[in-house]
Amino acid sequence: MNSKNFSCKMNEITLKGIPASAGVAYGSAFILDKQDFIVNARAILEKEIPIEIARFEEALIKTREEILEVQKKIADDMGMQHARIFDAHLLVLEDRMLIEQVIKGVKNDKMAVEYIFSKTLQHYAKVFSNIQDEYLRERKSDVMDVGRRILKNLVGESKWYDLDQLTEELIIIAHDLSPSDTASMYSKHILAFATDIGSQTSHTAIMAKSMGIPAVVGLKDATLYVSNQDFVIVDGRMGLIIINPTEATRENYRKEYNRIIVLKDRFVNIKDLPAETTDGRRVEILANLELPEEIPTILKQGAPGIGLYRTEYFYMNRMDLPMEDVQFAAYKHVAEAMAPHPVTIRTLDLGGDKFVSSLDIPKDMSPFMGWRAIRFCLARPDIFQTQLRAILRASAFGKLKMMYPMISGVVELRQANVLLNEVKQNLRDEKIPFDEHIEVGCMIETPSAAMTADILAKESHFFSIGTNDLIQYTLAVDRANEKVANLYEPGHPAILRLIKGIIDAAHAGGIKVALCGEISGDPVLALILLGLGLDEFSTTALSVLQIKQLVRSVSYKDAQEVARRVLELLTGTEVEEFSRSRLKELAPHVISAEMEK
Amino acid sequence: MPKIEKEITITNPQGLHARPAALFVQVAAKFNSKIMVRKNEECVNGKSIMGILMLAAQRDHKVVIEADGDDAQDAINELEKLLMQNE
Repeated sequence: MNSKNFSCKMNEITLKGIPASAGVAYGSAFILDKQDFIVNARAILEKEIPIEIARFEEALIKTREEILEVQKKIADDMGMQHARIFDAHLLVLEDRMLIEQVIKGVKNDKMAVEYIFSKTLQHYAKVFSNIQDEYLRERKSDVMDVGRRILKNLVGESKWYDLDQLTEELIIIAHDLSPSDTASMYSKHILAFATDIGSQTSHTAIMAKSMGIPAVVGLKDATLYVSNQDFVIVDGRMGLIIINPTEATRENYRKEYNRIIVLKDRFVNIKDLPAETTDGRRVEILANLELPEEIPTILKQGAPGIGLYRTEYFYMNRMDLPMEDVQFAAYKHVAEAMAPHPVTIRTLDLGGDKFVSSLDIPKDMSPFMGWRAIRFCLARPDIFQTQLRAILRASAFGKLKMMYPMISGVVELRQANVLLNEVKQNLRDEKIPFDEHIEVGCMIETPSAAMTADILAKESHFFSIGTNDLIQYTLAVDRANEKVANLYEPGHPAILRLIKGIIDAAHAGGIKVALCGEISGDPVLALILLGLGLDEFSTTALSVLQIKQLVRSVSYKDAQEVARRVLELLTGTEVEEFSRSRLKELAPHVISAEMEK
Repeated sequence: MPKIEKEITITNPQGLHARPAALFVQVAAKFNSKIMVRKNEECVNGKSIMGILMLAAQRDHKVVIEADGDDAQDAINELEKLLMQNE
């Protein structure tokens, strides 16, 4: 047991992780990862054996129908080639070895068939995991997919302990959360997230912030300590979770919770005012968007547009590729909902190569330096141009802009634009309307792009600095690895110098610079960014008003002075300390007790 | 009809993986004979995709196909042909 991140008082257990989204919450725990194969061992009578076997056969037939249906859909959408993947699924279903083993198990052990089946499945999963060959090892997910379907049909949907069925308010505990996990939680009453792995910029943290709920990540082994329905407190400011708290602890947190509720709405009076410094420097504070469901929250915060609309969701939450019309409808909806304000769509920023053929998002982190984002898109113009076409068509319905992620040099930018121009020409030929003047920008998130910003500025309409990636590439810190998470320093002099260089190069080239990383929502760093001359901040919806209040509370002159001073400092810690102390003098009401570290 | 055995070296660069394995099982299932596939000590049902996959036969591995039944010779012939043709 790790004594460092673990402490115990009566029955109360406290685990320490990384604070990922501020606030506190308490409630009943729901452990996501343990839902897969919870099947109770149930003994049966001798005479029930034929009934169990018949149930098994019925489930196999039903599963077969389901798979055939999915296969047919994919064949229609994408061609038979892709649908062939399911041939292997169907064979698993008809597998004699598997079926015989289950029937034999039911007869010998006299246990319910779902129990025997889940045991058999686990046995295969283990054997597959031990196979040397990597390709075959991955077949495990095919077998598990089929297995899960069969189990679902055996247990019956209604008894399946599934998040979709839950209506009560819950605290989600998981080893890790994938974008498709969090997407399905959007409409649920989720109070907080707590995960074993992850860092301040992992997907869980970003989603929690946009949903306005607390999150703690990097807890190492929270899933081991928490049981379903345990009473849990999540403290997103301190990075703590408290399992089975004592009455005294509960009372403390109840007070804390009420205090934060009051703070939450404190900037709402400046909702409709511009983000302008006391000496007249006007900037824009926009919101980041992942799912259209967030739009009401964003409008409530008075954000004059979307600075980053992530589109990966379309690709990750399904087993086939999203059709042009599905994307078009979503982009059009967002464009119309935000009009006349601008919406900047980031083209597909997916990592790795495993999203079409597998139902689940791979558990392991995709390699950040690999085949991802624009690299993937340039290699798969079929997928990329489908998205570009959907964006362009939607541009007729509002103010859309678009930007390419992970550009590492001007060649990629040009290649992407060649593909874009092809799509534009096709649309013109087909007489389909689109915005001929749609602005196309470049995300600056690799050190190479930052250092060649002057070159890129000549061929871009705008820049958007993606600091989450820029920081991890520049500092060589894998943001998904909690062991090095402490090295992830947004205020590091290297980062400040790069950002200054990008902004100066862009302004020299006559274009504007936005920044859509997490740091634009942190008042301490936002003050520096303002002083460096940033034109647009794009942040999670719930930070929009706070950052606007910051901008409205200081003069540009003072912010520039802060930026000038921090550029002379030697470490990230010194930078943040200096900026925080100046912030306390210039705009004390912006940093509340809630934010203080 | 006696049991027939035939040793075959896998030449498909992908080994006996998903697609080739699926084909193998589909062909094997057409025959009445009992069909087993052996690699070293491991012996699996040739009509089972799980069995074939778990054999994890890669390129250059030797496998022995056993067929036992009235159409054993036909089964061996066709399965051998399948394994020798590389896509």
